[in-house]
Amino acid sequence: MNSFTKEQIYNALNERHSPETQALLSQGNVAVAGLGGLGSNIAYALARIGVGHLHLIDFDVVDLTNLNRQQYFMEHVGMYKTDALKSLLLKINPYLDIRTDCIQVTQDNLQELFQNDAIICEAFDHPEAKAILVNGILEHFPDKRLVAASGMAGYESSNSIHTRRITRNFYLCGDETTESTYGRGLMAPRVAICASHQANMITRLILGEEEP
Amino acid sequence: MITVNGQDVILNQPITVAEYLRQHQYQINRIAVEMNGAILPKSQYTSVILKDGDKLEVVSFVGGG
Repeated sequence: MNSFTKEQIYNALNERHSPETQALLSQGNVAVAGLGGLGSNIAYALARIGVGHLHLIDFDVVDLTNLNRQQYFMEHVGMYKTDALKSLLLKINPYLDIRTDCIQVTQDNLQELFQNDAIICEAFDHPEAKAILVNGILEHFPDKRLVAASGMAGYESSNSIHTRRITRNFYLCGDETTESTYGRGLMAPRVAICASHQANMITRLILGEEEP
Repeated sequence: MITVNGQDVILNQPITVAEYLRQHQYQINRIAVEMNGAILPKSQYTSVILKDGDKLEVVSFVGGG
């Protein structure tokens, strides 16, 4: 079993990113709401580049049918996604600050849940839940950045997945059209493209870029 | 004339945001509406009347994630 000191891990990150860039990433503060196909992939990417503060939110447990796109393994089936994902991310970098909330986001708990997060990533499955989160964040926290997603099912062209800046602090990734249908459900490759659009937009925001 | 998602729209008579959304078959619980750069709370859809020069962005969410 390998283990590395904090100094070793951050020297490696500094070497890849430069100390100046890594300093910004380490200060990054991101909530990932939904830890499924999008959220688990987004959290992995942000953890790998050393985004210092991650807030993981999901009420659900890992199911065998999740493994076609979500970053869990057979040993996690039945575990809460918050617990499973946190344990995985700490195997990449045990020095990250990772908070979890095993809870369903509602209009009533939204303000308390997200009050300390600077960037919020919407990674839910149900369109109604997406609408609740997006409306709630834009209404109560207009100065926080929000990166949401809509439309990433099947094996349609990769080229229709895009990032669009809707308004000042609200970004939307996906093709905005394709929902799951029979034989064209959510699948790892295309879901990961959308997740990477979100993760890269979040990275851009942390590093001072505002346009997609 | 108003703009909705970047497209010009001529309104024949003043209507509320709720009525506009209903006419265009948006599903109210799957959308977010920004009006002139700020989020329009759902509670105001039935009271806000669209006027010349208004710019709406209506985002419809589809399932999956």
